[in-house]
Amino acid sequence: MAEKIIERVAGRACVVRGTDIDTDRIIPARYLRCVTFDGLGEHAFRDDREQAKGDHPLDDERFAGAKILVVGENFGCGSSREHAPQSLMRFGFQAFVGGSFAEIFAGNCTALGLPCVTLAGGDLAALMDSIDLDPSQELVVDLVARTVTARIGSLAAGIRDGTRKALLEGSWNATNQLREAGGAIEAVAEALPYTRGFQG
Amino acid sequence: MSPPRSLFDKVWEAHTVRELPDGQTQLFIGLHLIHEVTSPQAFAMIREMELPVRVPGRTFATVDHIIPTDSQLRPLTDDLAEQMMVALETNCRKHEIPLFDPASGRQGVVHVIGPELGLTQPAMTVACGDSHTSTHGAFGAIAFGIGTSQVRDVLATQCLAMAKPELRRIEVTGKLGGGVYAKDVILHIIRRLGVKGGVGYAYEYAGPVVEAMALEERLTLCNMSIEGGARVGYVSPDETTFAYLKGREFSPKGEDWDRAVAWWRSMASEEGAAVDDRVEFDGAEIPPTVTWGIHPGQAAGVDEPIPQLSEIADDDRPAFAEALDFMGFKPGQPIAGTKVDVAFIGSCTNGRISDFREAARVARTGKVAPGVRTLVVPGSQEVARQAEAEGLDEVFRAAGFDWREPGCSMCLAMNPDKLVGREVCASSSNRNFKGRQGSPTGRTLLMSPAMVAAAALRGEVTDLREIL
Repeated sequence: MAEKIIERVAGRACVVRGTDIDTDRIIPARYLRCVTFDGLGEHAFRDDREQAKGDHPLDDERFAGAKILVVGENFGCGSSREHAPQSLMRFGFQAFVGGSFAEIFAGNCTALGLPCVTLAGGDLAALMDSIDLDPSQELVVDLVARTVTARIGSLAAGIRDGTRKALLEGSWNATNQLREAGGAIEAVAEALPYTRGFQG
Repeated sequence: MSPPRSLFDKVWEAHTVRELPDGQTQLFIGLHLIHEVTSPQAFAMIREMELPVRVPGRTFATVDHIIPTDSQLRPLTDDLAEQMMVALETNCRKHEIPLFDPASGRQGVVHVIGPELGLTQPAMTVACGDSHTSTHGAFGAIAFGIGTSQVRDVLATQCLAMAKPELRRIEVTGKLGGGVYAKDVILHIIRRLGVKGGVGYAYEYAGPVVEAMALEERLTLCNMSIEGGARVGYVSPDETTFAYLKGREFSPKGEDWDRAVAWWRSMASEEGAAVDDRVEFDGAEIPPTVTWGIHPGQAAGVDEPIPQLSEIADDDRPAFAEALDFMGFKPGQPIAGTKVDVAFIGSCTNGRISDFREAARVARTGKVAPGVRTLVVPGSQEVARQAEAEGLDEVFRAAGFDWREPGCSMCLAMNPDKLVGREVCASSSNRNFKGRQGSPTGRTLLMSPAMVAAAALRGEVTDLREIL
């Protein structure tokens, strides 16, 4: 069973500035008290938004309906909670453009079919400024061409080869792919002495 | 003769099922640990895919994040927490997964019980839906923190799709000064290499300071690898590792033990093994360290001031300003002397018996300062029993500390233990992120458990070396 093929995400963008934005900020831990991911969208950046009293990018009318979230360096650092990308996805984001992403966060995004692409520092700053000036412009995150296109032009976008391939081929639900190994899994297990309790 | 190899390379190879078409490796996972927060959705996913748990015997469960630390009586007073507890019980029963719940006598923080039960062993691959899974690297295991979709992957296939990280060897040479702990070592490493310095790397900790560390100290060290951006951190196994494991519930016994030790030795990193990067720190230069900001890299020696803006790299200046604004601190202000409202000792970073022994040494010297709220939270029921057998609970109580039941408690405040308003918390946990301890405006200062105890006694951040 293959997943959806993701070649590009097009839409308006929202800019959240700042470095090292951690997953506790993306979704505070008290909203992890749940047994499904349903309804997490409303809790995205919950504390930051409440403190900003309406002056947070996610509450900015100009960014309403944005599909692409543009962020700074080391976005998504901290905990492994998949609730973080789940909440952003359920809020409406389908792709992330940033300076860099924390490893577990990026992996969780891939598992949900949400591309995370990186831009060089100067390009990212220019893109953020451009979106702030004209939030109505459409961005295209193009995984085929490895670019992010906006009013300021076409910018070279970074994405790990394997991740790109998984998204382009619709093989980003790893369970299906891992199952294809069949009996090779048990063969590796049996060769490991600890799976037999080190019995001679 | 073949060239010397690292434990990391050997473990990776031994667990490789195949190379995947996208270039990642399909890795067999030897130990899968689950808890109530990140597993219910994964069980729902395999149910939807109509898949069984592929190898039930390699998954173990406990409950830690949501469990209250005043009373573990059921039903839990928080309905949502109770619902999560019931989901875990139902899923474990259905899939025949052992659950170490409070009734078992073996409940605790997942990264405390895996090691103490002997479930975590050298040269294994370990996965858990929790970023602090790197903790288990203290045994020379390669341990990955994973998201819920990957919990699904492991339940359904006992495998993960992983890109092989590069290997960075971090050597800590010389000897640590008095009052300096593993917690200070890792805070110092993160302060120097940065919170994203380890992205894309596995960290191998080595050198005389690491070799001299007890296993529990290595757990603290590896635990916070992720705070430095590295998903994996480990210490190659040695006699300290084997001595810790001998006789534990799930450790091999008799002749199996001898064969296990032989295999573990064969998997250890060899002298001169190739690494992609190497960094060295002098242990003598590591001070008792305290964070002053909103990520674990924003830290200083307890006898140093918070940096001046001029000392901060241009790129980091906005984050510096944001941190000081949130914390209510000024550039150049000394960190020692900062008033604290709350003292928390516990967590997967510092909730083990040796942590409570060190904190108790300090607690014996005085009384908790008026107005300071304290939470002393053992990492597991086993840690609690041991501490109580040694009379440590009485030491803490006599000094005015609140000795509680095991759980994650105020490390992440998914349970009733929370900061209120802008309280400042001296904390032995791992994250000082905004809102981490349950109040959106609450402030966290990370430090070693003994330093937390010292801060509780004085009511302010204190250089432990003045007390001991």
